[in-house]
Amino acid sequence: MPKTFDFSVNGKAVSVSLDDEDTPLLDVLRNELGLMGTRFGCGLEQCGCCMVLIDGAPEKCCTKPAWSIAGKQIVTVEGLGSAAHPHPLQQAFLDDQAGQCGYCLSGILISAKALLDKNPKPSRTEIAQALDGNICRCGSHNRIMRAVEKAAAVMRAGAAR
Amino acid sequence: MNAPLPGPLNDNPNLDRWVAFPSAGKVTVLTGRVELGQGVLTAMAQIAADELDLAMERLTIRSGDTEKAPNEGYTAGSQSIQFGGVALRQALAEVRALFLDQAAKVLACKASELSIRDGSIYRNGKSTGQDYWTLACAVDLAIKATGAATRKPVSDLKTIGANSARLDLPAKVFGQSVFIHDMKIDGMVHARVVRQPNRGATINSVDENAIRRAAKGPVEVVRHGNFLAILGDSETAVEAAGAAAVNHVTWQNVGAPTATQQEPNWLLQRPAVDRPFGADPVDPKGRERFERTYTRGYLAHASISPSCGLALYKDGQLTVWTHCQGVYPLHASLAKILKLEPSSIVVHHVQGSGCYGHNGADDAAADAAIIAMQKPGQPIRVRWRREEEFIYEPKTPAMIVKVRALLDESGKPTDWTQEIWSPTHNQRPGAGGNLLGALALPDPPPEPPPNDVPEANGGGATRNGDPLYNIPTKRMLHHLVTEAPVRTSALRGLGATSNVFALECCIDELAEHAGQDPVQYRLSITSDPRARAVIAKVAAMAKWTASAAGGTGRGRGIGFARYKNRAAYSAVVVELSVDEVITLHHVWCATDAGLVINPDGVINQLEGGIIQAASWVLKEQVRFDNGVVSFDWETYPVLKFSEVPQINIELINTKDEVPLGAGEVTGGPTAAAIGNAVSHALGARIREMPLTRERIMAALLKE
Repeated sequence: MPKTFDFSVNGKAVSVSLDDEDTPLLDVLRNELGLMGTRFGCGLEQCGCCMVLIDGAPEKCCTKPAWSIAGKQIVTVEGLGSAAHPHPLQQAFLDDQAGQCGYCLSGILISAKALLDKNPKPSRTEIAQALDGNICRCGSHNRIMRAVEKAAAVMRAGAAR
Repeated sequence: MNAPLPGPLNDNPNLDRWVAFPSAGKVTVLTGRVELGQGVLTAMAQIAADELDLAMERLTIRSGDTEKAPNEGYTAGSQSIQFGGVALRQALAEVRALFLDQAAKVLACKASELSIRDGSIYRNGKSTGQDYWTLACAVDLAIKATGAATRKPVSDLKTIGANSARLDLPAKVFGQSVFIHDMKIDGMVHARVVRQPNRGATINSVDENAIRRAAKGPVEVVRHGNFLAILGDSETAVEAAGAAAVNHVTWQNVGAPTATQQEPNWLLQRPAVDRPFGADPVDPKGRERFERTYTRGYLAHASISPSCGLALYKDGQLTVWTHCQGVYPLHASLAKILKLEPSSIVVHHVQGSGCYGHNGADDAAADAAIIAMQKPGQPIRVRWRREEEFIYEPKTPAMIVKVRALLDESGKPTDWTQEIWSPTHNQRPGAGGNLLGALALPDPPPEPPPNDVPEANGGGATRNGDPLYNIPTKRMLHHLVTEAPVRTSALRGLGATSNVFALECCIDELAEHAGQDPVQYRLSITSDPRARAVIAKVAAMAKWTASAAGGTGRGRGIGFARYKNRAAYSAVVVELSVDEVITLHHVWCATDAGLVINPDGVINQLEGGIIQAASWVLKEQVRFDNGVVSFDWETYPVLKFSEVPQINIELINTKDEVPLGAGEVTGGPTAAAIGNAVSHALGARIREMPLTRERIMAALLKE
């Protein structure tokens, strides 16, 4: 008998019916809800490609069982912004061309969002530490950290207005 | 006489292989080069915008498609711009000339009176009402390039040489479905392969019940010879079954690489084909002999995503989607292993994560194709598991490089021998290498003969083994080790990383031996002005001071190379400190890549190369212990955000020179600069990569 799980994704209430209640949240997002922005990298909670916000906290979701997210609020990269209305982080990543293959970026944007939500003016060291749970293999690290700094400045200026 | 056609255009001379004018205001440019995260399609769009006088927005770039796009072999070796880009420029220059000729005919004037602005034709500066699209039906592009048209002079280039934002990046930042992993086809079935452990291993038993229990959902087990796959509608079930199957399938004739085999020194004992290059040996009499040996272990590509491939066999036609670097060579190999007519196969490139060389991409596509042939009408999606990618992707081989120099009285080298022990750096399908899945089929293909990348293509193990310095007699001897413990193939830079590490570390050792500063010593044996320029530039950027005291725990080192001795020039200075581990502080890099299409794109590539090389040198080695035991990010750690140094890069703009491939140029110089900086910091030399804590301790104890 399939079981039904209710939670919210990017501000919208969703209800998912699953045969296997241990189905990882990543599979639910990608294969049940069609949200492909959260990527599979390892399935071991090691690389950070699948980072999402769960009730505001950054979490790797490739092994997070569906039953554990009932009633929770999930934010994925699609929930940050869009081409028409980019999040300051997304805009800064484009402005600084912060990426190469881009596969890791969804998870990195989420980790950065979680950092800036807590700490609007992080140091370079704090940014690096916040992103250490994400692997970038192409070597875009410095551009990414620079973009996070710039986005933080834009967001502070926005908040001050 | 017309100029000879650039290689890829010579191979694909029909102009309609390069460009099409599908509808008013739109232009499609076709290239055989594929996007691997290096930004090549953006650079191709810049090239097209300039040669056709078009706004970038009008352009669609179609790439890596065996139906339409030109066959340019592999997107590899930092050759896309140096060769493919020049070919595209020439093709488009010819197309532009054809349109101007046609416009002159229609307007009854001379072509020399005409110009083009954003696709519209102007006569002596005035609009004519004609444009590419009004003329397109009368211009036959199904003709061969002749070499008659000339590419625009550098002074007329506007888009080329200006920073251009990557065309592919927005979709990635907004989390859109851009990767092959995100593709969905109606009726698509997920699949995982239960890998044959090695060539010749045969299935002993399959506990299907245990596999189904692990799946917790309906799955189908498909077998063809010793090729075993698990299929199902639920990716979750298929992934769980695939992981469990490793323990529920038993094999015969299993061989596994041993801990001894992981060490580079193991290569010394193996059968090899000896490949000598360069000058005959000279009489060493009266000259001081200086000899050092440098090594490196096996490395993984460690792409951030495991490989993925899709395939559909329907009505006698096989369609394959892949993120590999060469759709045409894969196409040819698939025809062979599946015994299909080449005309009944189409291969499309779809972006994957960064690959940095021959990873599992071709094999995953072949897996999907093999399964698709068993399941006609059903689209098949294979995605490798993380562990599968680490264990079964081709590795870059371990290498031993022994440098032997004869010195004159002033301590300068007068004779140089670079002796290299290395398995092959090329088992790509296009070089006779086998697709992994094919080895498990009932009629497996034979072992490919011993082979490495030809010198004409930059060499494999010998890449950059020939120093660019002024040395009267030089030679290389490559012992091509024919029995590697694992499948080896191309990783960014191929043999250049180990060769440049060896020769540039040895140059530092020679400088020290001669009592000279490393930068001054290099300049004293370098006459190529572009080499001198990057070395001098990076020294200035880093405020290099001669003869800074060593052994203080903090050090600086330099490394230089011209990639393949014919692509971009690059010099790198690294500043770091060493206690139990190495901390990178700052990296400076000066590079001359000739005419640069997208400066920010090149800097991004150079920077990526520096960071990846730093990761190789400080951390990376694939370990064996009755199998590959580097199978995830904990057993194969790479450089983290908090470990990345500050990096400053400057391009030496030589825009009147031809574009030179730059994507791989920083690897060797960075490796050497780190090696030299560690030696400076410690006052002791480590000649084995990676520069681990154990090796630092051993070097200190030895001093």
